[in-house]
Amino acid sequence: MSLLELKNISKIYGDLKALDDVSFKVEKGEWLAIMGPSGSGKSTMMNIIGCMDKPSLGQVLLDGVDISKESSKSLTNIRRDKIGLIFQQFHLVNYLTAVENVMVSQYYHSMPDEKEAMEALARVGLAERAKHLPSQLSGGEQQRVCIARALINYPEIVLADEPTGNLDEANENMVIDIFKQLHRDGTTLIVVTHDPEVAEVAQRTIVLEHGRLARETINENFKD
Amino acid sequence: MKKQKMFFRMITASLIRRHSRMLVALLAIAVGATILSGLVTIYYDVPRQMGAQFRNYGANMLLLPDGEEKLSEESAERAIKAIDKEKLVGAAPYRYESVTINTMPVIAAAADMDGARAASPYWLINGDWPSADKEVLVGKTLAATLGIKQGSTVNVVYENETAKEQADKSDESKAKEKDGGKAFVASGILETGGTEEDYIFISLSDMAELTGVKGKLDAVELSVSASQDELKAYADKISGLDIDVSPRLVKRVTQSETTVLTKLQALVFLVTAVVLLLTMICVATTMMAVVAERRKEIGLRKALGASNGSIITEFMGEGLLLGGIGGLLGVVFGYAFAQAVSMNVFNSSISFRPLILPVTVVISVLVTGLACLLPVRNATDVDPAVVLKGE
Repeated sequence: MSLLELKNISKIYGDLKALDDVSFKVEKGEWLAIMGPSGSGKSTMMNIIGCMDKPSLGQVLLDGVDISKESSKSLTNIRRDKIGLIFQQFHLVNYLTAVENVMVSQYYHSMPDEKEAMEALARVGLAERAKHLPSQLSGGEQQRVCIARALINYPEIVLADEPTGNLDEANENMVIDIFKQLHRDGTTLIVVTHDPEVAEVAQRTIVLEHGRLARETINENFKD
Repeated sequence: MKKQKMFFRMITASLIRRHSRMLVALLAIAVGATILSGLVTIYYDVPRQMGAQFRNYGANMLLLPDGEEKLSEESAERAIKAIDKEKLVGAAPYRYESVTINTMPVIAAAADMDGARAASPYWLINGDWPSADKEVLVGKTLAATLGIKQGSTVNVVYENETAKEQADKSDESKAKEKDGGKAFVASGILETGGTEEDYIFISLSDMAELTGVKGKLDAVELSVSASQDELKAYADKISGLDIDVSPRLVKRVTQSETTVLTKLQALVFLVTAVVLLLTMICVATTMMAVVAERRKEIGLRKALGASNGSIITEFMGEGLLLGGIGGLLGVVFGYAFAQAVSMNVFNSSISFRPLILPVTVVISVLVTGLACLLPVRNATDVDPAVVLKGE
């Protein structure tokens, strides 16, 4: 059984079909990239996989359970327990320090544990910057805090939306290296991107165009 | 770490590290709480302050003889003792006798000068209050008629009934009595705007010497810092003493006091209510702005798995903490405000009422809570997918 399976997903806004009959699977521990130009339906797909939106038609099976008809309250619980979100704009709480930002995720999930949050920051190379506010961190550092926050509750899927979109090359490489490490550790990664270089490092890439699944490629040269 | 600890860590971090924003909200709450606690303090202190002010307008209670006879000084003293010392502003015993000055019949009012001064602070003296024996105050009209000025010598002749009859019979005896009069010095000319301007005021001891009769009074004017009901209670107490004293309230004064006080308190109450309403609107507007600019943060928290309940609790926690701090500041500044008003308007200090502290803090917290509720509830409608959208 696949960890995530989308069956004939459509998302319709009035006359517009943001997603049109899309189906694909994601296996546990897989690293998938979702690519496509602007308006291709990438964000809509990210929202549906991230349990922040529901499809108009079709099924989303997570761990074999159809979550497409769940209430928004249940989706919140599923998101909290199973999904780790990484954003292009980091979205850190600006008045909380790096470690506190990580602990916020623990707070909603279970119990805040500062030691564990510090370890998560250490894993992304930010142990020294734990007490800094987001405004005192560089873009790359903020993204790494965002990654630490996404990982702290050991989610089944880490969903990243344009994770390197706001980063320079050095920081982009650093984030990709962290993703490689996560993949080696068995984390399931879904990365939504329009950057071919970010997509190239994934195991598999699916390309959306006009809301439809245009093609799917397997990275033959994939290596952790 | 316990969840509650993280909760407080988050809300205190929000208040401390977002200080410029929170300062605006805190200012709105503190200003409202200041005016509220200040006005409530004034509201409760107005009767005391105004009571003291009203005492400037003269006596509000009279002690009169209970019958034809004059009032004895002993009875008057017992009656005065029935009034609480701290409430008694002044007591002025009076004795009125007919005298003649330059053959003109005049009413001489004998008074305890210190008591008269306390009971009638509105009296205007051109010159000085009598400070020694044989010094008198002369009413302005009387002084004008007789050409008396400050420092003039006034020859006062006491006419009892027998002397009057004899005087009618012969000019000789009249002249004799005139010669037997006593000389006084006019230490000041009295202006009151009332009938007192026709009188001459001498001390009780001088009157006793002049008439040869001691310890008898016609009336005692009392100035008591008390409400109409309290005055009535004192009057009843005096009536029950079994002495030849009949207490009367000067209704013109006591009723005016009651009317003015009631209206003034109603006005302060109304202003307090309006201020409370305005504070609520101001705090609500500020909190709405504070919540509105944090829609992204709310979206993020929801994306991380926060329930609507958690978000309401966190934002309300911040709001209530702000309300509490604003309320405490309001108590301090409100007391200073009330003190300044009291000093400027009533020229006296105001006492701190401990009950103001919990009342102001609780009202501030409630108002802030109510003001936060609507914007925070609206904030939970935030769709994380929309507010967290990338470019």
